Amino acid sequence: MALTNDEYIRLMETAKKLRHEMVNITMEAGGAHIGGGLSALDIMVVLYFKYLNIDPAHPDDPDRDRFVLSKGHAAIAYAPVLAERGFFGKKLLDDFNKFKSPFGMHPDANKINGCDASTGSLGHGLSIATGMALGARLQGKKFRTYCMVGDGELNEGSNWEAAMSGAHFKLANLTVFVDRNMHMIDGPVEKIMGLEPLDEKWKAFGWQVIQINGNDVKQIADAIETAQKATEKPVVIIAKTVKGYGVDFMENQTAWHYGSLDSELAEKAHQSIDKVYAAMGA
Amino acid sequence: MSKEITGTTWTVYDANTLTQNEIYGRVLCELGEKHPEIVGLSADLAKSTKIGIFQEKFPNRFINVGIAEQNMFGIAAGMARTGLLPFVSTMAVFASMRAAEQVRTDICYQNLNVKIIATHGGVSFGPAGTTHHATEDIAIMRSFANMTVIVPADGIETANAVRAAVDWPGPVYIRTGRGFEPNYYTTEDYGFKIGKSVEIREGTDITIIAMGITVLQAAEASDFLKKNLGLSIRVINMHTIKPLDEEAIMKAVTETRRIITFEEHNIVGGLGTAVADVIAQSGKGCAFTKVGFPDVYSEVGYPEDLYAYYKLDANGIIEKVQEVMQKDFEEDENWDDEF
Repeated sequence: MALTNDEYIRLMETAKKLRHEMVNITMEAGGAHIGGGLSALDIMVVLYFKYLNIDPAHPDDPDRDRFVLSKGHAAIAYAPVLAERGFFGKKLLDDFNKFKSPFGMHPDANKINGCDASTGSLGHGLSIATGMALGARLQGKKFRTYCMVGDGELNEGSNWEAAMSGAHFKLANLTVFVDRNMHMIDGPVEKIMGLEPLDEKWKAFGWQVIQINGNDVKQIADAIETAQKATEKPVVIIAKTVKGYGVDFMENQTAWHYGSLDSELAEKAHQSIDKVYAAMGA
Repeated sequence: MSKEITGTTWTVYDANTLTQNEIYGRVLCELGEKHPEIVGLSADLAKSTKIGIFQEKFPNRFINVGIAEQNMFGIAAGMARTGLLPFVSTMAVFASMRAAEQVRTDICYQNLNVKIIATHGGVSFGPAGTTHHATEDIAIMRSFANMTVIVPADGIETANAVRAAVDWPGPVYIRTGRGFEPNYYTTEDYGFKIGKSVEIREGTDITIIAMGITVLQAAEASDFLKKNLGLSIRVINMHTIKPLDEEAIMKAVTETRRIITFEEHNIVGGLGTAVADVIAQSGKGCAFTKVGFPDVYSEVGYPEDLYAYYKLDANGIIEKVQEVMQKDFEEDENWDDEF
């Protein structure tokens, strides 16, 4: 097991706290990509609070690990994670989506402390992450690069250009998470533009494939530790997640790709989050 | 065999024996010695774009991504984020269109230090046809905030531009030809500065504003018309399209009152449009014509035949200049009544 019990409890508490914050920000912001944010959150929590070699006091450290949120619309999860990790004050999130806020629906690396790449247009992040991993190798640096792509995002052909090159260049310092939440804007991924057999696709492209439950922090931690041991191939972690995870009325609902919450609905969301975590003993 | 280039001064011999892109490749090698952060990228066009010269010298600092321009520009953005200085080379048509969003969103929006050397600009790859012609790239690239756009007149100016780009912050797009274009310059010591045009012929009757291959042709046209018709034709080498040398344009408006632009590009959105913007916003009118591809897809043919057909060679410039000299406009000394 990669996590001690204390670490597990701490990560669960952080994820729970951030889910509550995401609900509040979504309400205040007038709407957010909360479904795909909630599916992606646990992976970012495990990375930022356990594995990434980063220091909020030195956000531009050239030797830091990198994380590229290719599914930039999950900024609703990413921004609170960065704030909780200490890159900036939570107060800044009050203006999410508002005039001249550094935080819109998609993250801007030049405005957000701790953000490594501006993303939002799908199919871009994996190439950027590939460039970072190559940059590490060319400069003899030891840092690792992590990237998260959405499953619907994998419809974009540019991902597969990047996948081809990651294996070709043997970028074992690159780890990709697929947030396999099964839903895109217009419906279920397999119905709109199917990806299966997804593991076989990545294997055929030359990647080491790990499949996990992407909302289970223990499984996420185990997968990251396996990926860190890679020596020849880049690793893709196909993380089966639940879109809207933690909020019962959002779970597996395509409609909650993007949504807004009034105070009544937000209250229901908070209650659901408490219930889900209580059931897990957290 | 051309001799090795040393120092910073080009000889006439070098200029006449090396193509524009070979000079680029060699200058990049020279810069690579001084700047360990420089890396080269290409998409299966290392040989065609001459970035392969850099690859031979620094094999560990060169990445060939295969035929995948979108991935290449994304990778360049990621590399720049780690402190490297990527020089990316592919054909202008692919840099500006196949990977336009990566150039815009990954490189320009993030304001990253990536230098794009886009070869085969305009119709320089003539026989390849429209799929390999780049007649929209300047319009596209200059509309991206943070981007600097340079179209060198020849190989010598390419050397200057590539060197200047290293010290110029942010993304830079340098458009070259296929490499077989004749040189205008015989020395690189003429004070090249990004954003500052070069007046290569003095004149008072009309101003030609040229970029790229039309610079040499305009100089020849100016000399011909001076000798044969006694016309005094100013020629400006507008090597930087963005940021544009507005001062030189306004000086031409007030001093020569007639301006004609020549560009190896669609007349929509390129050099002529950029110059027209400046004139229109000044409120000071003058006779003005822009010459380029008249919003058409270019024909197939050898470049010199295409330049002749689209009036971008010396003969075409001579013809067009005489047309603009006949153009009627209010030519008085009082600007006030024209507002």
